[in-house]
Amino acid sequence: MTTFLQQLVNGLSLGSIYALIALGYTMVYGVLRLINFAHGDVYMVGAYVGYYLSRRLRGAEPSIFSALLVMLGAMLACALLGILIERLAYRPVRREARLTLLITAIGVSLLLENLAQLVFGPDPKFFPSLAPRADFVLEGVRVTSEQITVIAVSFLLMILLRFFILKTRTGKAMRAVSFSLDASRLMGISTDKIIAITFALGSALAAAAGVLIGMQIPKIDPLMGIPYGLKAFVAAVLGGIGSVPGAVLGGLLIGTSEVMVVGYLSSTYRDAIAFGILILVLLLRPQGLMGRVQKEKV
Amino acid sequence: MRAFLLGLAIAGVLLLANAAFMGSFGSALALPPYLLQIVCLAGINVILAVSLNLINGFTGQFSIGHAGFMAIGAYAASYFTVTFGGRLREAVGFLPEFGRESLVLLVGLSIGALLAAVAGFLVGVPSLRLRGDYLAIVTLGFGEIIRVIIQSLDAVGGARGFAGIPKLANFFWIYGFAALTILIVYRIVHSSFGRTLIAIREDEIAAEAMGVHTTRAKVISFVVSSAMAGVGGGLFAHYLMYIHPASFTFLKSFEIIIMIVIGGLGSISGSILGAVLFITLTEGLRQFAQYRMVLFSLLLIVIMIVRPQGILGHREFVTFLTRRRRPLGESPGTPEEA
Amino acid sequence: MRSRLFAALTLITAAAVTLSCGERGSGKEILVGEYGSLTGGIATFGISTKNASEMAFDEINKKGGVLGKQIKLLVEDDQSKPEEAGTAVTKLINQDHVVAMLGHVASSHSLAAAPICQSNKVPMITPSSTNPRVTQVGDYIFRVCFTDTFTGEVVAKFVYDTLKAKKVAILVDVRSDYSVGLQTFFGEAYKRRGGEIVANQSYSQGDSDFRAQLTQIKATNPDAIYVPGYYTEVGTIVHQGRELGITVPFVGSDGWDSPKLWEIGGEALNGCYFSNHYSTDDPNPAVQKFVNDYKTKYGQVPDALAALAYDAARILADSFTRAGSTDGDKVRKAIGSTKDFPGVTGAITINAERNAVKPAVILKVENGKYLLVETITPEAVKQ
Repeated sequence: MTTFLQQLVNGLSLGSIYALIALGYTMVYGVLRLINFAHGDVYMVGAYVGYYLSRRLRGAEPSIFSALLVMLGAMLACALLGILIERLAYRPVRREARLTLLITAIGVSLLLENLAQLVFGPDPKFFPSLAPRADFVLEGVRVTSEQITVIAVSFLLMILLRFFILKTRTGKAMRAVSFSLDASRLMGISTDKIIAITFALGSALAAAAGVLIGMQIPKIDPLMGIPYGLKAFVAAVLGGIGSVPGAVLGGLLIGTSEVMVVGYLSSTYRDAIAFGILILVLLLRPQGLMGRVQKEKV
Repeated sequence: MRAFLLGLAIAGVLLLANAAFMGSFGSALALPPYLLQIVCLAGINVILAVSLNLINGFTGQFSIGHAGFMAIGAYAASYFTVTFGGRLREAVGFLPEFGRESLVLLVGLSIGALLAAVAGFLVGVPSLRLRGDYLAIVTLGFGEIIRVIIQSLDAVGGARGFAGIPKLANFFWIYGFAALTILIVYRIVHSSFGRTLIAIREDEIAAEAMGVHTTRAKVISFVVSSAMAGVGGGLFAHYLMYIHPASFTFLKSFEIIIMIVIGGLGSISGSILGAVLFITLTEGLRQFAQYRMVLFSLLLIVIMIVRPQGILGHREFVTFLTRRRRPLGESPGTPEEA
Repeated sequence: MRSRLFAALTLITAAAVTLSCGERGSGKEILVGEYGSLTGGIATFGISTKNASEMAFDEINKKGGVLGKQIKLLVEDDQSKPEEAGTAVTKLINQDHVVAMLGHVASSHSLAAAPICQSNKVPMITPSSTNPRVTQVGDYIFRVCFTDTFTGEVVAKFVYDTLKAKKVAILVDVRSDYSVGLQTFFGEAYKRRGGEIVANQSYSQGDSDFRAQLTQIKATNPDAIYVPGYYTEVGTIVHQGRELGITVPFVGSDGWDSPKLWEIGGEALNGCYFSNHYSTDDPNPAVQKFVNDYKTKYGQVPDALAALAYDAARILADSFTRAGSTDGDKVRKAIGSTKDFPGVTGAITINAERNAVKPAVILKVENGKYLLVETITPEAVKQ
């Protein structure tokens, strides 16, 4: 039983990471109907920015404060990156066919990955210890301070996001744009600005995930965005792409099932489980767990 | 009769070219082995690109799992030639060596194509009910699942890769099958079935309203496309002698998509052009090692912004030259909304 | 404007293609190819191998070279991906026309490339691929190290007799022939001695989260955990294992040997062991000279991969001399008849299976250093 609970804890901390990244996918899809393949790589950039920032602070004692600083720095950097990508790569093709948008997204993704390999070097790097270590043992289940941090910070950010979307004017504007871009425009909403903010928010969350992962599993490398990004994407679809609470639910579900499959079956099926779930969802309930059915108009 | 003679003539030319390139007629025409490899890989790319264009370009379906079918073809064909090739060779010992090797390859490729077609059917039937982005995601998912399943099969080396595949594919076979693929797709597209596919691409709901069995047509084109991808995969395996599941990820599917988009969706000559350009660029830029992929991805983004319909758009090379305005089923403008 | 863009692109492409079709090397040199992982998850292996072979050939060239010519080493990177190994080797053989091949450290990569070398009749010496299947590919493929059937016995003997561990869990890398092979050989040897394998978990090279597997292993209460993988994942595995509260020793094999292992795993690695080909503590003067020369030239203590590469390069040069030519067939016969070659990893004799028969060492990880604990000879594991 303890093993099961331990695996559950493992799954929750992994799932929170997926949830954070999935939020970015779901928000961008909501406003632009675009699957932003480059999102996983923004997460990777966040991890690297966090890495270099924490190296700068290496002399200082590991503390909550330095960890916070690193995370905020990474979030800011990636918010800017997200805005840049949107402005330079996606806005010129916004009115084009879906396939064109998709290819552009793939292009940006490849560009980020290869630039990272060039600039940071293709070898994996290892995050230094940021926050003080402390482990909690409850009934034989061991929870590390990193895992607690990951889960706590993720939930905090998600709650903040929910508040932002539901209670602020900008949040309302975001919801309007995701409902109908053209109608929002007619209502006087500056859609370009809202879209930029959406990208910035999503990228910032991805960056936070990157730093959290760096703290938990010390290893980062330029291609880490690919497996995490893809599974976070599946999580977004599972929850209902375009739905914020759906992304969170999806992330936790995917994370937990992945850990269970690896622990109780075999690690070879690690990736398959995510795609298996994806296909089942798309065939049985394409709008996801919490999404709305999209009626196709003639 | 005329078609048959033409086919024989083409086969003859390819055979001669193959011998020439390998140096049988003296080194004047012999290609340096590295160049020959690029040419052969280009040929395989042509098969993959043209077959994908049938479903993406002509039928307008958003499929990004093509690498999965390629993988099935590659592994199935290789498993056959490695495990049963010896026995087959013995059984037809009376044939000259060329005949024996060719038979082993052909049987292997057929098995690969068949299994890929079956997979295409199994994937197509449930998926093709979906539209646009959802279809793309599902095909991506299936492509990855196929790859993971292969990775867990110890009999074909699993995660360690499959080594020791006999080098049965050469210029003749690769370009022979490339010509065959082009022919098949050309004939499909210029038939009434082809017009059905284009109708589905242009407006699926209208086509359905006109009495077209859209799902059936989509599945058929999907199955044909997968079978051809399987052949491409089999040739790929028998040329490189080593395959690994990591060669068939969605990145590979993306590469094929890039080829047909650059060349022009809905244009057969466009796919050929895209395939050749792609391998030329990736090999040609190899000198610049790390900068290669950065340049390449930048190029991709720029092309999408500047000329999203690709080089040839919906037109074929011939019509491109003669500037005919209204080729096959096209209404002027960039590719349609999904 | 747009069509001009395209014209420009086409011209650039054409120029790039013409530029890339070049050859390296002149007639006064013997071209030897080496394919290794210079980047990626097993990069230190490739870099060690490259450094050591370059050092070996430099020394030989300074003494006049071989057959009156200087040896030039051409190295290609396969980015730690086995599917790239084939491409690298094909390029070296077809474009650069090398007469012999050195490489690879990792068995999976060697297995991908060996058939290419064999069919092109280019002799290949792998310095440290230990999976038995590598030399079985053909008579042009050799190795200067022992095989994993031996490693499995060595580790089993150490774990059972010295560590007195009666229950062992295995965590294997399914992407690596080396790892999977060791899982089998160790398993058989250990069970034969009376031990029990209580868990068999797996991961893939490139993974970074092993908590799920480690949690399952912990639940079975092993006395030791065998992780026959490569250093990048091993470091993280041991680190995460200790975090989860696993206190028993982790044991590994030569895939652990890298200066980066300690950097990744840190203090979690204290009290862990791994089997290897040689130890820098070996008092043999030839070994110490090699260690000092390497340290002076590259600023690092040479690991076993470097030592084996050094030996492999020197044996290749010696084979050129003994064969009297660089002809593939003659060279391979010369390599095959190598007897008692004085290597820094021991006296090397290539047997009929094209493998070398040598003793192994067990090293203990202690505060960033790898200390010699035990030497196990082939005779000692015979039962």
